[in-house]
Amino acid sequence: MRELTTDVLVVGGGPAGLSAAAEAAGAGAEVIIAESDLHLGGQLVKQSHKFFGSKDEFAGTRGFEIAKILMNEIAQNGDRVKTMLGTTINGYYGDEGVVTAMVGEEEYLRVIPQKIVVASGAQERLLPFPNNDIPGVYGAGAVQTLMNVYGVVPGKRVLMVGAGNIGLIVSYQLLQAGVEVAAILEAMPRIGGYWVHAAKVRRMGVPILLRHSIKRALGGEIVTGAEVNELDEKFDPIGAAERIECDAICLAVGLAPTNELLWQAGCAMKYVPFLCGHVPLRDKYMRTSNENVWMAGDVSGIEEASAAMIEGRIAGLSAAKALGLKVPDEKFDGYRERLRDLRAGEVGEKIRAGVEAVVVGGWEERT
Amino acid sequence: MDLINSHPVLDFLHGEKVSFSFDGKIMEGFEGEPIAVALHANGVRIYRRTPEMKRPRGFFCAIGKCSSCFMVVDGIPNVRTCVTPLKKGMKVETQYGRGRILFQPGEEARPCES
Repeated sequence: MRELTTDVLVVGGGPAGLSAAAEAAGAGAEVIIAESDLHLGGQLVKQSHKFFGSKDEFAGTRGFEIAKILMNEIAQNGDRVKTMLGTTINGYYGDEGVVTAMVGEEEYLRVIPQKIVVASGAQERLLPFPNNDIPGVYGAGAVQTLMNVYGVVPGKRVLMVGAGNIGLIVSYQLLQAGVEVAAILEAMPRIGGYWVHAAKVRRMGVPILLRHSIKRALGGEIVTGAEVNELDEKFDPIGAAERIECDAICLAVGLAPTNELLWQAGCAMKYVPFLCGHVPLRDKYMRTSNENVWMAGDVSGIEEASAAMIEGRIAGLSAAKALGLKVPDEKFDGYRERLRDLRAGEVGEKIRAGVEAVVVGGWEERT
Repeated sequence: MDLINSHPVLDFLHGEKVSFSFDGKIMEGFEGEPIAVALHANGVRIYRRTPEMKRPRGFFCAIGKCSSCFMVVDGIPNVRTCVTPLKKGMKVETQYGRGRILFQPGEEARPCES
């Protein structure tokens, strides 16, 4: 089996991973980025909308352009950063200091890193309803990939489930691609996403049905429609189900951290609803309870790409420092300040509470 | 192929157009793009059948995590077609059940048991 060694292994080449790699390499570390997809950039590459937030995190720039900026920054470090595409890190063998990687479908190799930054992102949640497994039911991220990366539409008429930011943005992107959006369903009594995104789709005539949920997907083999129900305040269906014609159902009902590798690495984990799942405890350097493992981005709690990029910078810098490389402490302070700004105000309330539940003062108790 | 022709924000830079087969039928797709995407653009929706209930499965997560798009590619079963790049002349087949592993190097690909 082929074997590779590196100072820092970054698991995942999305916004968090690329930022971590840029910082670690900038400080002088040799870095390998292992990316399971066929391209770098993670979910940024399918974000065709302009980002909000702070100018430092590229507010006003479209997601796929941010990915290019990060890749350019990495390229400045010459061959200190190696990228492996189509590569999934699937095993952690701490005693031997080895992780295993699968390249494509058939090739396996061993990677021996000194430090690991896990930036493995998130995966979509599923909603239980009859026929949710048949072709024509898609995750919202999958619809974005099909449409915004490869120029293929999921169908002619889509039913969107979920009126959070992802549901609203993907609905708008479907309209941009010439696809009809039959309706957006939202089980809660209010729209979860930003007002500006909701206003855009409403202006284009898409109904947002609050207190509504999908009862079942219709179609023996492939989606031909859906039955939807109004819900009462206990989320129980009221009245007869209504039939909506559609050839695709898009689920935008949230994400969960892709945390398997962190479990394998023995990181102390905690279930935090505000962060959307089991996430690792961390110190202020994004270091886990395993002294060789850091985290950044959605795997540390579901948040926006702008926060993921700063977390990545902190994690990458801290991993480089742990290697004995010279890292100015002010740099950490600067990044932490940006993170604080980003999470300020009402919008960041849940994230702040979530992070507070998992941040530790230090790892002195580490055995 | 059913593709987006004009888009207000995005330009699609496709690679070389190549032919491949799906269950014996010749189709076209772009080299280097995921097999699952090429199939979708050709109107294919059912990629495999589950082992017990024979339920149809198709495109779902697009990031190699959900196993919905496992297919037999050039005789190899359980290929995550959403993250496996299309190559010229690939032989793509619907996967029935768990798929059949090839034990001998060079062993001829056989159709899966249904």
